[in-house]
Amino acid sequence: MGASLLVLSIVVPIAGLLLAFVAGGHQVERIALATLPIGLTIAVAVAVTMHQADGPLVYLLGGWAPPLGVALRADGLSAVMMVTTAVVICAIGVFARADFVIPEGMAEARAPLAFWILLLGVWGALNTVFLGGDLFTLYVALELLTFAAVPLVSLDGRAETVRAALRYLLFALLGSVLYLAGTALLYGAWGTLDIVLLSRLVSAQPATIVAAALMTVGLLAKTALFPLHLWLPPAHAGAPAAASAALSALVVKGSFFIAVRLWFQVMPALPGPSAAQLLAALGAAAILFGSIAALRQERLKLLIAYSTLAQIGYLFLMFPLAYHAGATQLESGGALSGGMLQAISHATAKAAMFMAAGLIYEALGHDRMAGLAGVGRVLPITLAAFALAGVALIGAPPSGAYAAKTLLLRAADETAQWWWAVTIQAGGILTSSYVLLLLAHAVAPAPAPIALRARVSRTREAVVFVLALLSLCLGLIPWHAYLPIAAQALSSPLTFDALSSALWPILAGGVVAILIGRGAIKFGGIPGVVVGSVDRIRRTALVWISGVMRVDDMLQQWPAAVLALLALTIVFGIAMWVGR
Amino acid sequence: MSAIVFGLCGAVAAGLGLYGLITEAQPLRKILAFNVLGAGVFLVFGVVARRGAAAGFAGDPVPQALVITGMVVAFAATAMAVALLLRLLNLTGATTLDADTTAVESDSMGT
Repeated sequence: MGASLLVLSIVVPIAGLLLAFVAGGHQVERIALATLPIGLTIAVAVAVTMHQADGPLVYLLGGWAPPLGVALRADGLSAVMMVTTAVVICAIGVFARADFVIPEGMAEARAPLAFWILLLGVWGALNTVFLGGDLFTLYVALELLTFAAVPLVSLDGRAETVRAALRYLLFALLGSVLYLAGTALLYGAWGTLDIVLLSRLVSAQPATIVAAALMTVGLLAKTALFPLHLWLPPAHAGAPAAASAALSALVVKGSFFIAVRLWFQVMPALPGPSAAQLLAALGAAAILFGSIAALRQERLKLLIAYSTLAQIGYLFLMFPLAYHAGATQLESGGALSGGMLQAISHATAKAAMFMAAGLIYEALGHDRMAGLAGVGRVLPITLAAFALAGVALIGAPPSGAYAAKTLLLRAADETAQWWWAVTIQAGGILTSSYVLLLLAHAVAPAPAPIALRARVSRTREAVVFVLALLSLCLGLIPWHAYLPIAAQALSSPLTFDALSSALWPILAGGVVAILIGRGAIKFGGIPGVVVGSVDRIRRTALVWISGVMRVDDMLQQWPAAVLALLALTIVFGIAMWVGR
Repeated sequence: MSAIVFGLCGAVAAGLGLYGLITEAQPLRKILAFNVLGAGVFLVFGVVARRGAAAGFAGDPVPQALVITGMVVAFAATAMAVALLLRLLNLTGATTLDADTTAVESDSMGT
């Protein structure tokens, strides 16, 4: 009974998709909205059943056991990701109703039809990613996810979004070909692609190392880890708000999840410490580039898109922290749990942020940072939701990101890798800086009363607010039932110490925002000497920043990105060979 | 013997495809380059099938089944990319992936 839930979790969204496509017209939205609660119930049921069964759920398709057949498996990681996905998709569904209305007098419109069908497609594909027990099933799931995600970018049909979608598709295809080549080599070497069987077989011989390097880099390209991010900012910033939320919160987590499966479960002994250090170094670079670029954006949605870039970097910091002293393989412990919690926390917070940005755009008719003054007065609930999501992203207690940060810092301490502890703290400061910059623009008094272009519905504001609040309370959930967290690793997040330790990154972030943020923040009643010296530092910093932005522009050129991809494949191969 | 020849052909095709993806600016050529690269990888699957053949069989059927799925995916991907490209051409009268260049400066299609 329990295992057949796994099949249902894939079949239900896909059946909804097909039914909606056939019915068409006004039925599409009804069918999609009816599918949402069913899918959510199934995801929760999988999590509960898994907890009761006290072990992974396995479903053998057609009753054939691997290596002859193909299995679906749900472990703790799958269960938490499935529930997160279901919750975020349901919130997006309720939020998106008003955006995708079929115009009066028309039987059907392109954007609503495409949106609801693609949303269900993304859901079905993600559940397949979380449950697939076989590397080739995961390849198919990854492609389904890309095919559902790419058209979401160009829903409104403007030329620039079509261009962004094409860029995304072509780069994602390159990534999946690398992954596919890796599966061919693995099958040739070991005769199976089943995750459990492979994990017992693989050893570090040349074909396996080449396969691991190809698959890792292919997945990084799809996850848009720096420097393979050329497709992400235009795609995520150009899509309609509800679609951006799905893309940024969920779709990039699909390929990330497969990378985690590959490294932690298929070949924990293979990559070696140097490859893990390299992966985290790319993550650190992503945090730095993404955050600085976010601080310099003129538009709100681009700021949030670059923030996604930075947060993706954060997800990859867990890999070297999973190597304990003297250990020869990645251990599924606190570091892994921290990374997964970060992914879950980012999913909820980022979905709330993109949807809040969508409401601001709807009310003002633009999302220019410079024109945000006074938004706090006209859209207080939206801005409050934005602030809550921002605080959750920064990692203030009791958010999920706080729990993640605690676990990662503890792992860094245990494995004596102080440099990653520094990176984690610096990441928190940089995150605070762009969140504060945005809030400073939004709460500033408006020079003239704002003329609202459209009234924002209370239901939609409420959805965003609840999602942001949920993101802030994630740290209170007993995760140890599903993730490998040692007892007492997470103390109560609501103590005075925890709260006060969250304060200084926010203060430091404020200083960073004042020094390098776009649009100088002005304060009254400050002596001229201080203002003058701040201005001098700011000018010097901006010279460096413009250099960073030029590097970013260069990396967003197609040939540079593909060459970076090839170079990374080779470097990962060498690092894994050396670390044998 | 044939496995080595086909393996080398696969490697060459993959290399040509990658070269095309780096150097060609035109999206249509990039789509073609992706297909050449994909064909190279599919050939490698064929080699894997051949080398893994059990006694009395021409090849291991599993990689053959995988490669058919891979081809279907590549076909769907190509169709989607071409559809997006046609849409872009209809909207702007040009096909370029660089957001900064205007339609006037970019290469026109159909050459």
